[in-house]
Amino acid sequence: MKEYLILLAQKHESFRKAELEALAELEQVAVDLSQHDENVPLLYVTLDSEEDARKLIRRSILARSIFEVWGRGNSLDSLHADVKQRTSHLWPEYKQVSFKFDIISYQGSRTKEEQREIVESFSYVDFEGPIRMKDPDEIFTIVEEYKTPLSPISGGRELRDICLGRYIARSQRDIIDMYDLKKRKYIGTTSFDAELALISSNIGLAAPGKIVYDPFAGTGSFLVAASHFGAMSLGSDIDGRQIRGTAKSNITTNYYQYHIKSQLLDTFVCDFTHNPIRPSFRLDAIICDPPYGVREGLKVLGSKNPERYADKLPTKLESGDLSHLRPDYIPPKKPYHFDALLDDLLLFAATHLVDNGRLCCWMPTANEDYGDRQIPMHPDLELISNCVQEFNKWSRRLLTYTRRPRDSSTTTQSPIAKSTRTYTEQFRDKYFRGFAKTKDYESAV
Amino acid sequence: MKILTANFVQCTVKACGSSPDCFPLHFDQQTPDLPLELAHEDVDFSPEFICNVLPRIEWPALLTTARELGNAQLPDTKPDIENPNAPENEQLLRDLHALLLETQIIQGSMRCANCGHIYFIRDSIPNFLLPGHLVQ
Repeated sequence: MKEYLILLAQKHESFRKAELEALAELEQVAVDLSQHDENVPLLYVTLDSEEDARKLIRRSILARSIFEVWGRGNSLDSLHADVKQRTSHLWPEYKQVSFKFDIISYQGSRTKEEQREIVESFSYVDFEGPIRMKDPDEIFTIVEEYKTPLSPISGGRELRDICLGRYIARSQRDIIDMYDLKKRKYIGTTSFDAELALISSNIGLAAPGKIVYDPFAGTGSFLVAASHFGAMSLGSDIDGRQIRGTAKSNITTNYYQYHIKSQLLDTFVCDFTHNPIRPSFRLDAIICDPPYGVREGLKVLGSKNPERYADKLPTKLESGDLSHLRPDYIPPKKPYHFDALLDDLLLFAATHLVDNGRLCCWMPTANEDYGDRQIPMHPDLELISNCVQEFNKWSRRLLTYTRRPRDSSTTTQSPIAKSTRTYTEQFRDKYFRGFAKTKDYESAV
Repeated sequence: MKILTANFVQCTVKACGSSPDCFPLHFDQQTPDLPLELAHEDVDFSPEFICNVLPRIEWPALLTTARELGNAQLPDTKPDIENPNAPENEQLLRDLHALLLETQIIQGSMRCANCGHIYFIRDSIPNFLLPGHLVQ
């Protein structure tokens, strides 16, 4: 057992722990992440081996890198004392390797002169190998974090934490740039941010050998993200135009762009409330951003005037053809409630997910009235994380559920039932009235 | 659409859901406007994936689909593969891989044996949307 330091991105802080927990489960690495603090970019963990350290971080988007801790303290002196105590027996092992020292400072900085002084203060380790700035055998990194100054003018810098670490491995954080939507050939108005799509795929445990399904695939943002991590992706959408794209630019061409074509299982056009996947077929994960109607109005199959189809007969055209058999036939659609769609989604996930399979589902909430009661629940699904991305007056949450094992005593044995809750005001209505209080809104109109 | 997908899609008409005839969808009747077209597309071979997906396959339905598409080579019962990396299993896994993942249905139609509704596949993408008279 050794102590390791993970450097975390200072972005999407509420997703960091959920991502690392998922990766620990996926890679079967035993780790306690309870020390994680959303306000601090440093996370100390204890791991069995260097191998586990590499595994834990190799798919991560929100971790940056991992280091073997050689010592830590709250001042340079206490750091030196700890380094000598912990690692003096290791120094001969590194005597001849090429190496360099790095300094990373959070909430503060050092002049070049100070940096050199700090590095030279470690000369007692007595490494004789060559110093190499490019591709050295070992990188020793001093990571320091200052307390946030009370006022920027006082300038008082007080160290919270300083650590010497031996660099072990970096994460996959640099692939965010490769999957950046600005460089993707086929995108649409509902394409999902690449970084968060990749994080969602990590939290959803997308991996080789698995089938991941996005029932609201649009232009396939989650499909490529899950496939990047080796999953076979399956996508559907009610909007056939998005699924098909154009001859030169479509979901398949995106797969070619990222050289992951073999990981695309299929895409098809369907309405989620009339889903063709047979109930006995098992999916490993469902990762999606359901349409809440701001960019795309939420529609499902059906008609606003059901009387029109009351005779249950197909519509015959003047030519004698049946209208629905023509290639250009557009089936009638009706508006649907977002909360009803979420309940349908949970029911579908409870039915189709393998035991311990995950549903990762994005949900928008207006900050004014967010409460736990808004989170959709299903007795066969356990909510395991609720990560939030804040915007000005609203936020969106990534809800992650795991399918309870079917033989478990906690499972409800009653048949999977559709929710009967009543639905309140739609998110999109709040969005379009700028999240003003309903009363103000009513008096304004 | 891959043959694997044909093994997990059924008729989306609600009234068909309880009928054993809603799955699999059938390729035995094609329309002249949209003749059945199959193609081979290379997919990287993953024994792990085939092994994971094999327990989820409805074997009799796969036999039906394969027969309707002109392949009568499959064994009558689902093979049992415990070790995906054993050399004696490799040929079988490669055959299943070629059938399930590399055979593309570029276009054609699928028919529900219960209600008779026809679903079209164009440019490899099946369309499961229903006309108004089948939704209500």
